[in-house]
Amino acid sequence: MAPISGPDTTQRSYLWQDGTVRSWLLTTDHKRIALLYMASITAFFVLGSVGAALIRLHLISPTGAILSDATYSRMFTMHGIVMVWLFLVPSIPVTLGNFLVPLMLGAKDLAFPRLNLISWYLFIMAGALVVYGLFRGGLETGWTFYTPLSTDYTQGRVLPVVAGVFLSGFSSIATGVNFIISIHQLRAPGLTWYRLPLMLWALYATSVIFVLATPVLSITLLLLAFEHFFHVGVFDPALGGDPLLFQHLFWFYSHPAVYIMILPGMGVVSEVVSTFCHKPVFGYRFVAWSSISIAAIGFLVWGHHMFVAGTSLYAAVVFSMLSFLVSVPSAIKVFNWLGTMHGGAIRLDAPMLYAMGFIGLFTVGGLTGLFLASLASDVHLTQTYFVVAHFHYIMVGGMVSAYFAGLHYWWPKITGRMYPEMWGRTAAALLFFGFNLTFFPQFILGYEGMPRRYATYPAQFQVLNVLSSAGASILALAYILPLIYFTWSLFRGAPATDNPWQATGLEWRTSSPPPVENFITPPVVTHEAYDYAALDHPDTAQRAEAPHV
Amino acid sequence: MSEHPEPYDSPQHRDETAIAGMWLFLASEILLFGGLFLIFVVYSHSHAAGWALGVRHTSLVIGGINTVLLLTSSMVYILGVEAARNGNARGIIQAGLGAAALGMTFLCLKGWEWHTEFGEHLFPGPGFAIGGPQAGGAQLFYSFYFLSTALHGLHMLVGIGLIAWVCLRTYRGRGRLLQVMPVEVVGLYWSFVDLVWILLFPVLYLIGRV
Ligand code: HEM
Ligand SMILES: [Cu+2]
Repeated sequence: MAPISGPDTTQRSYLWQDGTVRSWLLTTDHKRIALLYMASITAFFVLGSVGAALIRLHLISPTGAILSDATYSRMFTMHGIVMVWLFLVPSIPVTLGNFLVPLMLGAKDLAFPRLNLISWYLFIMAGALVVYGLFRGGLETGWTFYTPLSTDYTQGRVLPVVAGVFLSGFSSIATGVNFIISIHQLRAPGLTWYRLPLMLWALYATSVIFVLATPVLSITLLLLAFEHFFHVGVFDPALGGDPLLFQHLFWFYSHPAVYIMILPGMGVVSEVVSTFCHKPVFGYRFVAWSSISIAAIGFLVWGHHMFVAGTSLYAAVVFSMLSFLVSVPSAIKVFNWLGTMHGGAIRLDAPMLYAMGFIGLFTVGGLTGLFLASLASDVHLTQTYFVVAHFHYIMVGGMVSAYFAGLHYWWPKITGRMYPEMWGRTAAALLFFGFNLTFFPQFILGYEGMPRRYATYPAQFQVLNVLSSAGASILALAYILPLIYFTWSLFRGAPATDNPWQATGLEWRTSSPPPVENFITPPVVTHEAYDYAALDHPDTAQRAEAPHV
Repeated sequence: MSEHPEPYDSPQHRDETAIAGMWLFLASEILLFGGLFLIFVVYSHSHAAGWALGVRHTSLVIGGINTVLLLTSSMVYILGVEAARNGNARGIIQAGLGAAALGMTFLCLKGWEWHTEFGEHLFPGPGFAIGGPQAGGAQLFYSFYFLSTALHGLHMLVGIGLIAWVCLRTYRGRGRLLQVMPVEVVGLYWSFVDLVWILLFPVLYLIGRV
């Protein structure tokens, strides 16, 4: 299977094969749909970041610098909703996942190419509804939409926003179904389950959550919309209904959803760490199954969001124990990445710097999660900035770093161009530094008792808040830089070779960028995953393998 | 539209893939209705008396007839699947039209039932028909009732649309090789809609009635 390259491949690549706008908007090519998604979620990321910037600017002063109290509430709601539902939940799966799943499987496309396109249109409609609602007044419920605030007391635009989030759920379900069925049905000859790259195990686990948790959110939002519209419904305390039921249903989805927002990142990091250490991932099967067990146990811990909501002591103890349990597979992954790096000759290119940032920040986020899963300390820490810092360490420090690691790593494959390495490393370092400066002070603030979601705070908290805002401006720079040099590289970047990182996945065996049909000759897999020996010495490996054939 | 090359090895591979996809989608649907049934489980216990009062106001006759209609409809559709496997295009269309007609009858009856219930002020809100200490529980029941029947009705509409699509493509494709897979995939969905009703019927009409 000689990789195809040469000057004429750019003509046949998926990027240039048909340049009309129409051919992009009606494409069923998973690679193009990935790019459509990438453009859309980038726009939402910018919108959410503007919200974050305004929040941080406001909190420079204890009395609030720029926004009215009501606007402040609407601003953090906007930020949370856009970042969670329109950026982070779809992020890696719909962009890198869409692009890579068929390539890693050695397939021509996903199992249901048209469904894939439909899912993008659903997502765009969802985004339009949410943005419409947010700009025609917004709402002040926070991204969690708790009843009865969201049903009877809010003056905001609940219906369009909820309808948008509801629709985006269907786009997630479509993606999940597509990935799971593709991984079952479209593996290349010889590609057994234990030869799959760990990215695919992670996306499989993510997809299980997409398919089985999202519908619970859908029905919950439907019940909420009914109640908001008719001012009577199943969570209505006036009828004896129970608003806590909403919280149960909401977190039954949203806790698994936080794993939607980390598992794909773990998949990316497994690929990147292996490649840049030029070693197979230590304990492949443990890493693979830890993804599945995170998804499974993740369904059983939602109660840890409700420790102070009148949960019975026994239920709370069980949820606390299960929450500790779910940290075990996460820890396994961290140890296995470190085991892979141990004693290796590590190349510190930008993707690896981002991945190492991920490992550190995710570990801090995970460990502070244990503080919150402990009943006694949670009572003190819940609803404070400690929680805000905790989930940002995971979602932003972890997942967004992983997204950037993946973008840099696969950028040559996606676009056929190299990004400028020096700038990539600079941005990765800035991100790590800016992130810690933004969010570490929030741990202290929370520990000292500063509650979240308030527009003002006591003056003694000002120093730490200003530090946090200063960090946010560095973080902003670290996000803007890649936007600039990625765009630059599209036109001026050095042309990429087919396998610039000496990596093992099937995606590196086709040209950069790949042809429309992904592989000129359909690949056959004869090696385990991450078999660098076979990559470095194809002849010896071939001979060693001969007896088995 | 520039069709991207299909990812399947063979028509059989494509069919298997589509059917697997439908099963997975139905697993997702189970959790959609699962969240709804949680409401029933919780409130039929915590508000047992009011809930039962609500159940007693539903129309057992219409509910019963509808159950029979829907079960028959699923059975008729299965004949269509059999016909498809035997390569009998006419059989598919006849069974499909029969199943869809039974489904439409179900929806008409359901609409009429709703209509009378609106007339009797059984829709929750100010002026709700059932008073007394159990009024709250009864309203919770009716919130659940209207939502679950609406959601199920929506699934029925989608199902009828899909059946119509199967009939149409079979009609248009006469003379060409008959495809069994779409008939089966729609059949899975239609049976699921039936199954949801089989669970909803006792919950809305029977449990707590006596
Ligand atoms: C991927 C990106 C991000 C995601 C998914 C995310 C998600 C969230 C969520 C869910 C909340 C909770 C909102 C609420 O309290 O209801 C939140 C709050 C917050 N975020 Fe982010 N965020 C992201 C990036 C950022 C960035 C880059 C910054 C700062 C530069 C930031 C600053 C804040 C602040 C200050 C709050 C607290 C608002 C408050 O409760 O008063 N976030 N974020
Ligand atoms: Cu949680």
